[in-house]
Amino acid sequence: MAFIDRTARALLLTELVSGMALTFRAMFKQKVTLNYPHEKGPLSPRFRGEHALRRYPNGEERCIACKLCEAVCPAMAITIEAEPRSDGSRRTTRYDIDMTKCIYCGLCQEACPVDAIVEGPNFEYSTETRAELYYNKEKLLANGDRWEARLAANLAADAPYR
Amino acid sequence: MASFWTFVWPLILIVAAIVAIIVPVLIGVAYLTYAERKVMSAMQRRQGPALVGPLGLLQPVADGLKLFGKEMVIPSGANPGVFLFAPFLTFVLSLIAWAVMPFGAHLVLSNINVGILYLYAISSLGVYGTIMAGWASNSRYSFLGGLRSAAQMVSYEVSMGLIMVTVLLCVGSFNLSEIVLAQQTVWFAVPLFPMFVIFFISILAETNRAPFDLPEGEAELVGGFFTEYSCMNFALFMLGEYSNMILMSAIAVVLFLGGWLPPLNFEPFAPFVNLVPGPVWFALKIAFVLFFFIWMRAAFPRYRYDQLMRLGWKIFLPFTLLWVIVTASALEIFGWLPKVVP
Amino acid sequence: MIVESLVFYTFSAILLVSGAMVISARNPVHAVLALVATFFLGAGLFVLLGAEFLAMTLVIVYVGAVAVLFLFVVMMLDISFAELRQGLRRYLPVGGVVGLVLVVELVLVELHWTVLPRVLSKPAAPIPPPDQVSNSHALGHILYTQYFYLFQASGLILLIAMIGAIVLSLRSRAHVRRQSIAEQVGRRTEDAVAVRRVPTGGGV
Repeated sequence: MAFIDRTARALLLTELVSGMALTFRAMFKQKVTLNYPHEKGPLSPRFRGEHALRRYPNGEERCIACKLCEAVCPAMAITIEAEPRSDGSRRTTRYDIDMTKCIYCGLCQEACPVDAIVEGPNFEYSTETRAELYYNKEKLLANGDRWEARLAANLAADAPYR
Repeated sequence: MASFWTFVWPLILIVAAIVAIIVPVLIGVAYLTYAERKVMSAMQRRQGPALVGPLGLLQPVADGLKLFGKEMVIPSGANPGVFLFAPFLTFVLSLIAWAVMPFGAHLVLSNINVGILYLYAISSLGVYGTIMAGWASNSRYSFLGGLRSAAQMVSYEVSMGLIMVTVLLCVGSFNLSEIVLAQQTVWFAVPLFPMFVIFFISILAETNRAPFDLPEGEAELVGGFFTEYSCMNFALFMLGEYSNMILMSAIAVVLFLGGWLPPLNFEPFAPFVNLVPGPVWFALKIAFVLFFFIWMRAAFPRYRYDQLMRLGWKIFLPFTLLWVIVTASALEIFGWLPKVVP
Repeated sequence: MIVESLVFYTFSAILLVSGAMVISARNPVHAVLALVATFFLGAGLFVLLGAEFLAMTLVIVYVGAVAVLFLFVVMMLDISFAELRQGLRRYLPVGGVVGLVLVVELVLVELHWTVLPRVLSKPAAPIPPPDQVSNSHALGHILYTQYFYLFQASGLILLIAMIGAIVLSLRSRAHVRRQSIAEQVGRRTEDAVAVRRVPTGGGV
């Protein structure tokens, strides 16, 4: 009986027919395509994208040149130079990130005691030359100014889990 | 002057008829690539081409323009004559077969007596395009792809021939129009259903389509026999391949699905289905078979080469041979043999 | 009429050229391709004669199957044509004689010289006028009545040749693990997997 069953199944191509039925049903299901440049998927608050240096609400930059991020960076992508300002506060004179080296591990933002360096939600910053990917302090601060609303919201959303 | 026109006028008519056949076929080829991408993407729950023109309808045009703009590369070790001739041959063969295809009751360019043999001969010539391309490219990938595809096409032609014999037994004529007209009571797909299934699988193998697309198995042979081709040569191969698909579907429709005859051609429906002209039914049926081509590609993984050969020689060949004998015996015993008018 | 004779002379000219290429081409693959062209043009000449069935059979059998196998062999084997050429002078007399005989025969046929007059006077079957019967019907009629035994005999010879080729190339090797697809497909979960209740620390 099992033999007849098996032979009948083989001759009637039941497996092929069931495979075709599956693909046919899939035709009428909703499409999962995301039309990327026009539509974008949701991002987690913890998403690690392009770096930014943040400022305090009064416009003062947060970074205190403690160099923890430089020390922790496994790819050695961060270079910091610092000297005291005329008002005695310690600030960076140079803050470079080589984005071609960065591995987006997020250790710099974990290390930062003042939430100055963060990885923002921006992932569309491809450039035409490598030189444009050697970010300096102005670029990073400009990023911070541009994304501040999103950065602050992300930090607030993630704060309960820290 | 009159003699000049009596000579030239038929020539103009024939050329016009050829253009009237080839242009729709080529448009069909272009939109078959589009339909393939759309249907496959729908089956994989994707969107497919959607940006070039409304719903991506201009995508084939864009693809064609892209290919025209490419540089033509002839590999240094290649045999230029054969290399350039192979895609040309593939393309031309897939078009000249349409000469005998009956699009409607009297709509056929050349109503020759041996129509089905002509189609069979043309499809058996198709193997030269691939084998020449494979050899002339002077590349291992191309050569192996060409050999594979040639062996595959030759193998499956045998069972295709036997299936055609089965149909011919029921018709009693090689003429394609008569084959269609013999199906007025019932399409041959119904009484000869197993043959129809095997014929469909064989034409999948014959046109090197998935799941039998070994000659161009990307994982092992890069692009198969057209690895070294670029630009217009590549475009000719693609056009030839797709127009071969349409051609083979048309043969399947003529042999098994009643050609231009409308479906449901009996009492309550007959007045309605006959409103639609025959060529439209013919095109719709071809589209239906082509949908199955694409569906197969979306549903099944590629065969292994030895399995492919086993299927062709050890399963299809004995089965079709047996079925020819069974059909012949049944026709003889029940006295259903067609009346042959010499 | 003019068109027909034009086509005839064009086909014949190309046929002769490609026939000459078959024996003169340096590259064996080119020779086989020229052979294919010769077959094809021969089929074209058959069509001009009104023998469309023979033309199609020629294309299907010789071009579609036999020449493909030739091409396979020639492509796969590394034939050095220079070596083959060395025998050319040795075989030239024999080939010349065969060619001469064929030419003489053709000329005889062309001159309406019937060698055995009774052959033509007593045809095997009554020949119907060619415009009333299609030549596939005529061929079938004659093959399956008058020459039925010869037809079957030639089929048998081909069958024996095929079996011979299979027997010659079939090797039965011991210790070969073959795939049995039916067995693989027929395997069910119940035959392969068993669910057991295993007590803790008890083992199976």
